[in-house]
Amino acid sequence: MSTTLTQPIKPWRVNFKQAWPEIVGAIAALILTYAIVNVSPLKGKLGFVVTLVFVATFVAAAVSWVRRDRKAAFNSISTVMVYIAGLFVIFPLGSILYEIVHRGIAGLSWGMFTRDMAVTASDAPLSEGGILHAVIGSLYIVALATVFSVPIGLLTSLYLTEIKGKAAGTIRFFVQAMSGIPSIVAGLFIYAIWMIALGNQYSAFAGAMALAILMIPTVARTSEEVLKLIPGDLREAGLALGGTQWRTVAMIILPAAQSGLITSVILGIARVAGETAPLLLTMGGADAVNLNPFSGNSSAIPFYVWKNFSMGTEISIQRAWSGVLVLMIIVLIFFSLTRFLSNRKGRF
Amino acid sequence: MSQTNPVNSLASVAAARSPHVQSQHTAGTGLEARNIHAWFGDKHVIDDVTLDFFPGTVTALIGPSGCGKSTFIRILNRMHEFIPTAAMAGEVLLEGTDIYKPGTDVTKIRLGIGMVFQKPNPFPSMTIKENVLSGLKLAQLKVSNQDELLESCLVRAGLWSEVKDRLNEYGGALSGGQQQRLCIARSLAVSPQVLLMDEPCSALDPGSTLRIEETIRELSASMTIVIVTHNMQQAARVSDRTGFFLSDGGPGRLIECASTSEIFSNPKDKRTEDYVTGRFG
Repeated sequence: MSTTLTQPIKPWRVNFKQAWPEIVGAIAALILTYAIVNVSPLKGKLGFVVTLVFVATFVAAAVSWVRRDRKAAFNSISTVMVYIAGLFVIFPLGSILYEIVHRGIAGLSWGMFTRDMAVTASDAPLSEGGILHAVIGSLYIVALATVFSVPIGLLTSLYLTEIKGKAAGTIRFFVQAMSGIPSIVAGLFIYAIWMIALGNQYSAFAGAMALAILMIPTVARTSEEVLKLIPGDLREAGLALGGTQWRTVAMIILPAAQSGLITSVILGIARVAGETAPLLLTMGGADAVNLNPFSGNSSAIPFYVWKNFSMGTEISIQRAWSGVLVLMIIVLIFFSLTRFLSNRKGRF
Repeated sequence: MSQTNPVNSLASVAAARSPHVQSQHTAGTGLEARNIHAWFGDKHVIDDVTLDFFPGTVTALIGPSGCGKSTFIRILNRMHEFIPTAAMAGEVLLEGTDIYKPGTDVTKIRLGIGMVFQKPNPFPSMTIKENVLSGLKLAQLKVSNQDELLESCLVRAGLWSEVKDRLNEYGGALSGGQQQRLCIARSLAVSPQVLLMDEPCSALDPGSTLRIEETIRELSASMTIVIVTHNMQQAARVSDRTGFFLSDGGPGRLIECASTSEIFSNPKDKRTEDYVTGRFG
């Protein structure tokens, strides 16, 4: 061991000595903004935020220009812009989350997961009635829609990336067009074909089919992007080892793309889990638990939320907020679980 | 022999190697390419190459970039056809049978003619063990003793001692040179008669390169090896025979093919001599 012990340091870390002009600049920007807001007609929180954006950018540029040069000033401007853009994205999201948790939590109880609304009016006390029928309905339609659309979406993406058939361009165009379908149109389509033309009743199955129409393009397009990232030499290596195209895809390409493909399924589910419009036309809505997904009116959480909001009483609106919170929690649990399972293996 | 051309030190390298070249090729054995042409779209890239690869020998293909060497060896195990605009003419005979004959089972051909690529490409979702045995699963072959095969392939690829304690780790955790030897082991597991190597060392450091060259020497006793290389020292060190490809702006042609010591000491063609002595390319 040497006599002088070398300490590990991080020389690239910015210390206070270097950072003080920026800190002083930030404080100056706040004070300046406060002053401007006070003397100008700009008033209130919004005025403060808008002014701060400009003042902060200006101050950051000025500090950098004085300390270094023009290029540094432009660098500072872009840095501040990126941070502000980030805040603009995070702020509404955080605000929505806060609002949902804040308002929804009051109506949350274990009891609501064991009861439905069959014998309870929307404005009955919160200790009565529950969301069980909607949770079951939502699980049915999301599960069924996933079962319908994942194989179709995945096979479509395999056709586009692996087989690269003659129709690939056309199919890619239609998948793109499909992803722009308004959800109510998907609902109307199933309503017209499955219910009017074929004479079937409202059911969770019909709702799931409408959701599948929305989910297929999302799954197909994101899977295609993921599969495109798999290096071509893995395909060649598989084929050069005497594998057929199917064996190569099943044994090498899909496992290598596993984690990305799971993401594509998650995105597909995220696309449909909160849909309400197509369900209005295909599921009919219900207040009682319907365990048969293939026949009879049934409900779903977005449906439950919509129905209770439209009742408009204080308690029914409370029920709606709790419904939103439950939907959010269920989706969150599901996503975390999938992420956790998919992160254990696979590198693309 | 090396004294005849003092300019060329590679000649001595080539001559120093033990010559186990079969001077006479027996028709119907090994791999024989007959009048091979290749096109990409309208572009003619290989013009009339006829070349025999003898069993138990290493043949190096050298030449400047873009002269069709890689395209040529991809024709030898039917990988050429994966490029949508590709076309070819000619015959490739494996043990006397044309691999392009209509009705041929392409997957069987590729089982018999293995390939190692320029960039190491172990399968990322598989462990070292699964990588080596992947060929069996891909081709749905049954082997009675997998562990024995696993060990023998890794030993022959010169990787066993380095990975024997971590066979269940992912292949991506190995160094570049180890990954390439893993890819060689993977090719060996399906016991091909011919092994094609497309610049297998171009992405590797000198140490790994030497290690792989040793592996190639050891393997050459039991199979036909074709190696494309940009590194003339490598061609001189590992190969028994060398073929020189050149394109004069048009399609690539085989200028000459002879024993390696001859190519590096006493080439028949002026252009070969210019190339191997470093006067161009």
